Amino acid sequence: MKTVTVRYFAIFREHAGLGEETLELDVAIAKDVFDQTRDRHGSSEPLGHCKVAINDAMADWSSEVCDGDTVLLFPPVAGG
Amino acid sequence: MFAISTKDIVINELREQLVNPAAGGFCAFEGWIRNENEGRSVERLEYEVYEPLAVSEGEKVIAEAKQLFPFLEATCVHRAGLLEIGDCAVWVGVSAAHRDEAFQACRYIIDQIKVRLPIWKKEHYVDGDSGWVNCERCANV
Repeated sequence: MKTVTVRYFAIFREHAGLGEETLELDVAIAKDVFDQTRDRHGSSEPLGHCKVAINDAMADWSSEVCDGDTVLLFPPVAGG
Repeated sequence: MFAISTKDIVINELREQLVNPAAGGFCAFEGWIRNENEGRSVERLEYEVYEPLAVSEGEKVIAEAKQLFPFLEATCVHRAGLLEIGDCAVWVGVSAAHRDEAFQACRYIIDQIKVRLPIWKKEHYVDGDSGWVNCERCANV
């Protein structure tokens, strides 16, 4: 198990009802964090539409998540 | 230069930053808040921005544009917070020796900013409803 801080934005934050939480998760990569928090909070947005960052650096869904990391989950972006 | 602003974009000030004696042309794009989207009347719009990564990714986009279409100066400012119909949400300006580089770099910057930066747009509709743009599947849960 790893201690991971997960940050939620926009509609993910609304679904979670909070902007950030620290969880004990059995995860290896960023996709695992997405899957487990999606189950927990009931979001249905497909992974391919979303983005992820780890410790304030853009990452891939296959990026490794280490104990103590902060994972930022971004729903589909809409700048401009 | 890329920046996020919670205040009105002052276009003349941004334009002045791009003046360069070697420039033979200047191209700008302004994104405005419109009153309709996908058949729904929009009253106002709210941008949520994760600023640390929006700024670093925005700077990266401008650097990429300079590699692809060598220009002299470029700047981009994106708004955060609550905006009204007609407000300028994003401004991109590029000066270059020739117009091709200015047009192409400007187009590259706005296109990449729309799809890469951690910025989200919530529309508030005239009927009182609201919704996150590009996020209809999760909005309907």
